[in-house]
Amino acid sequence: MKKEFTITVYTENQIGLLNRVAIIFSRRKINIDSLNVSPSEIEGIHRFTILINETEEVVRKLCRQIEKQIGVLKAYFNLDSEIIWQELALYKVPTEVIQEKAYVERLLREHGASVVVLRKDYTVFEVVGQRQETDKLVEVLQPYGLIEFVRSARIAIIKDSKGFNQKLREFEYREPGEEVIENEYLNQQKEVFTY
Amino acid sequence: MVSEELKEVKKDTALIENISGSEIVIRSLLAEGTNVVFGYPGGAIMPIYDALYDYQDQLEHILVRHEQGGIHAAQGFARASSKTGVVFATSGPGATNLVTGLADAMIDSTPLVCITGQVFAHLLGTDAFQETDVLNITTPVTKWNYQVTDASEIADAIAKGFYIASTGRPGPVLIDITKNAQLQKIDFEGYQPCNHIRSYKPKPTIRHEYITKAAEIINQAKKPFIVFGQGVVLGNAEKHLEHFVNKTGIPAAWTILGAGALATDHPLNVGMVGMHGNYGPNLLTNECDVLIAIGMRFDDRVTGRLDKYATNARIIHLDIDPAEIDKNVQTTVPVWGDCAETLPLLSRLVKENSHNDWLKRFYDCTKQEIEKVIKPEMHPENDVLTMAEVINILNELTNGDAVIVSDVGQHQMVACRYAKLNTSRCNITSGGLGTMGFGLPAAIGAKYGAPDKHVVAVIGDGGIQMTIQEFGTIMQFGAAVKILILNNQFLGMVRQWQQLFHDKRYSFVNITSPDYVTVAKGYGIEGRSISQREQLKESLQTMLNHDGAYLLEVMVGKENNVFPMVPQGRGVSEIVLAANEI
Repeated sequence: MKKEFTITVYTENQIGLLNRVAIIFSRRKINIDSLNVSPSEIEGIHRFTILINETEEVVRKLCRQIEKQIGVLKAYFNLDSEIIWQELALYKVPTEVIQEKAYVERLLREHGASVVVLRKDYTVFEVVGQRQETDKLVEVLQPYGLIEFVRSARIAIIKDSKGFNQKLREFEYREPGEEVIENEYLNQQKEVFTY
Repeated sequence: MVSEELKEVKKDTALIENISGSEIVIRSLLAEGTNVVFGYPGGAIMPIYDALYDYQDQLEHILVRHEQGGIHAAQGFARASSKTGVVFATSGPGATNLVTGLADAMIDSTPLVCITGQVFAHLLGTDAFQETDVLNITTPVTKWNYQVTDASEIADAIAKGFYIASTGRPGPVLIDITKNAQLQKIDFEGYQPCNHIRSYKPKPTIRHEYITKAAEIINQAKKPFIVFGQGVVLGNAEKHLEHFVNKTGIPAAWTILGAGALATDHPLNVGMVGMHGNYGPNLLTNECDVLIAIGMRFDDRVTGRLDKYATNARIIHLDIDPAEIDKNVQTTVPVWGDCAETLPLLSRLVKENSHNDWLKRFYDCTKQEIEKVIKPEMHPENDVLTMAEVINILNELTNGDAVIVSDVGQHQMVACRYAKLNTSRCNITSGGLGTMGFGLPAAIGAKYGAPDKHVVAVIGDGGIQMTIQEFGTIMQFGAAVKILILNNQFLGMVRQWQQLFHDKRYSFVNITSPDYVTVAKGYGIEGRSISQREQLKESLQTMLNHDGAYLLEVMVGKENNVFPMVPQGRGVSEIVLAANEI
């Protein structure tokens, strides 16, 4: 049976690694519902949070394929019950609607929305929460002229993740992360002599 | 008076040389023990070729006629010698021509380091002349790839490349070096080989509890069965396998890439598994109670329909790649690790045994196969030559000591089924990818990898025409490859399927051939074409005795089929011995 799984991947900070991880899914025609890449608590080690809807068997195999990639330290997969997860959503609403209709303001408060930007023409609210909550507010605001909506990828903390942190520290101790050499030449195109 | 301390400093600085990135490439390869490179020059790799000019006496360069030929040659070299094959190609089309070989090496776990030139770093992403996004094109078909834009990274990238390519489950690595990095001069402090990458674990930790469990199951088994693959060859574990087989008395079969890891005439070697494997090992897979899979990956051509595979067996899977465990076949006991380490551990715990009644079942199947397939193939009653009798006579003449390189198709199946192989690394073929055109260039590489052996390239009339340009490489560098073309005037394997599964609608499978002997002659290669049985032995002997490369074309039956066969979508025990059984 397909379920929602959150895959957490610890990797080196290397160019091209995102592609290596992404093609493991696309090769098998598996859709990624959301993807977030961020630093981890250790300098030089990145953390991918990938959300997919698949059977446990498939997810286990995917994680083995991910871990096989050079540059990947570890891949975990978890059910929603095993993680603490959040998403951030932003909503742009015409300011006049809120001014004129007091119950809209009340609705926003009920959904835990807080103001990020307040302008004469529009107001931007944010909600931090889970999918159902942020989806619900879209529904609620739709009749009042919701101008724009965007939601971030899921980020998640594994409830039982103390063990890996220790391992990461050991990695760090043994060998500090390499610095990525980005293409500094791209900025000097005109100055470099071409043969 | 110069102090001792200052003298030391002087000595240290003398070790640091100011050299170009290109020279670092060559020095790094030499430091890794590379003595031959297969390549083709071009604009973006010219600085490396310029550096190579000064090192020609230390690093032999074989100028191939197409980059695909270059990478297949490097594969053949690696497979024959157990060293890492090295390829040079330029940017753009040079690099894209490597893709087929990379995919082939990836799926067949062949260690390669490919070095491609790339446009100047400041031109990346500008659609420059001969610029292509090589890294992203090759990501799915490389174990690792990396782009170097600064000379200071070159030695480390090459060190890492060799380490990754050759350790764990081997595979191809591509290092893309921009032209500015090749030209840039830096202070070079010498080459440091790589032996550790924190985010790469070549071998999984051996779990002793699994070895104990596996031994228990093996000791209780009534009808155990071994299937071994190339993992045994790659781990140099042939002796360990032989010891294990001898001690346990378990019948052992091989996948196409495992051929030769156990001598073909070993009494417990019961033949090849898979779609065109032998009758016994396929049929009895579904009767065995314990299946011991050693360094193999349960390819669909091996297993047939998965839900009808090894239906009565508990599975013990020895593999170095954790991603292979449970990938296709659910394992009872996973024995993670290099089989060169796990097999001896397992051998120690299993009891000496024999399974004569069970082994007899395999021999009985062999008898049936001989009667229905092998005898008519080896000794046909009509005048038309068969592929099997050619291989049979070749066996007689080489006595199983030649390196047999095959291409892809019917002749490949016949060569692998019938070739006598005494030792490992003597059967080189494109297994996983099934790359037509692999044979000729791979044989050239194999000759450099095993210069003291006869290298016989068995190729069909289809495959030879895909990379026939490599005759030029043979002409120029003199690789003494014996080219044995088995010409059935068809794309035989496709024709066989069209006959059996598409109502004999032969759609574009009748392929015409040039006069191969004349073509070879144009390249200065001696050759002969035969079609009579009485010419066979003598012409094969001439081919082997000839000093240098030789081409022998044998005209064989046009519509012969390869049997036995596990038809696609069927279980292994539904293997058939003849067309009328399908």
